[in-house]
Amino acid sequence: MIRYIYADQLQNFPLLRDTMFRDRADQFRTRLGWEVSVDADGFERDEYDDMNPLYVIWEKADGTHGGSMRLLPTVGRCMVNEHFLSLTGGVRIESPIIWECTRFCLARNTDPGAAAALMLAGGEVMKGFGVEHYVGVFDARMVRIYKRIGASPEVLGSQGDGRERISVGLWEFSAQAQARVAASAGITPEQSRGWFETAFGTDAPRMTVAA
Amino acid sequence: MGFAANFPGTDGLLEQLENSSKPEDFQEVSVALRDHYAIAHLVYHWVSADGEQFGCGTYDPVWVQRYVEKGYLRIDPVIQGCYQRFHPVDWKRLDWSSKAARAFQKDAIGHGVGNQGYSIPIRGPNGQFALFSLSHNCNDETWQLFTESNRRELILISHAFNQKALELEPGRKPEPAQPLSPREVEAMTLLAVGYSRAQVAETLSISEHTLRVYIESARFKLGAMNTTHAVARALSRGLIVV
Repeated sequence: MIRYIYADQLQNFPLLRDTMFRDRADQFRTRLGWEVSVDADGFERDEYDDMNPLYVIWEKADGTHGGSMRLLPTVGRCMVNEHFLSLTGGVRIESPIIWECTRFCLARNTDPGAAAALMLAGGEVMKGFGVEHYVGVFDARMVRIYKRIGASPEVLGSQGDGRERISVGLWEFSAQAQARVAASAGITPEQSRGWFETAFGTDAPRMTVAA
Repeated sequence: MGFAANFPGTDGLLEQLENSSKPEDFQEVSVALRDHYAIAHLVYHWVSADGEQFGCGTYDPVWVQRYVEKGYLRIDPVIQGCYQRFHPVDWKRLDWSSKAARAFQKDAIGHGVGNQGYSIPIRGPNGQFALFSLSHNCNDETWQLFTESNRRELILISHAFNQKALELEPGRKPEPAQPLSPREVEAMTLLAVGYSRAQVAETLSISEHTLRVYIESARFKLGAMNTTHAVARALSRGLIVV
């Protein structure tokens, strides 16, 4: 299932939290060879994890992490504006309707459809909170994965060659893209919506209507 | 319901905000915005990293005083549900299940706050946090229609409010004279002289998607509601010259 968890709520999900930060170390340091810092617990964490981001996480049936991404508003501190200005033509991308999506990660042997489920969840966030674009940083090797799940970004700028190529990209999420991704994930719109409502509350009124 | 269907006049209200030079001006803008939307209340509440608070809005002063006296800040599900968050929230989606929360809600409705509400939390620079809230008396369907059809504008307005508040913050260092990057200046200049988006993108050798992001970023930095408004502001502030 998909969970939406702010960093300050991660303490309520210790297994999910620990396996997420370990899977990130596995993906970004071991598999991709990025120069990320991994602490004594084997967790890959950076300064943006300390800014109370919103994590979108695919939780496997055994309660461990299957994949995740990290969302932050671009109107506050974020990675793209602090580390990748050279890839955006020097433009600080700042808007309440553009959020940053980074650290897109998939666990080894994750469930089929986990990547697509995460993209679908990204769409729920857009629809639910009025977000119109995500901006994010990705590795050349991710291009194939994004393409496979039907959510290829628009590249704003790149640097490096071959496997070392790093890009800043932009995601929109049209209704058509949403349908493609849903089909790819094998998840119904109702299911996807249900997970979102589990995290953020339902439309069913909890507040007494007094008027 | 008398909700504004679209936005005649919002630009004017934002100009009033743009010309604000002191916190009291915010009060007038809050009232004008509330009236524009024909809703019960509109409130903007700001907390800096060191706990400094500032607020303005249309609540009955009796309610504001009661809220402080009763220490409702610790109970209010809107505060509990929005602090440290950055997604907008319909009050219905918050947790009102505790006895204290229900008593608070009853008191709030009794003081005319309304039975519906929508809050936009804002995470500003250096630990600053703000909350922009609207409330009203109506049924669920009507409120949902209002928030859905106005959400985008409300988000943009809430951030324009916050940017202006940050600008007026006592002791704040003056903003750098040039908040736009050279690429944004180029894009806005070409738009100002009548280029279409396609022509601007071609001239700058970027995709139209990329151009959209540049324009959106410039719009935000200029506290404008749309591209036309952003171009006008860039011109009037002398950030672009044509």
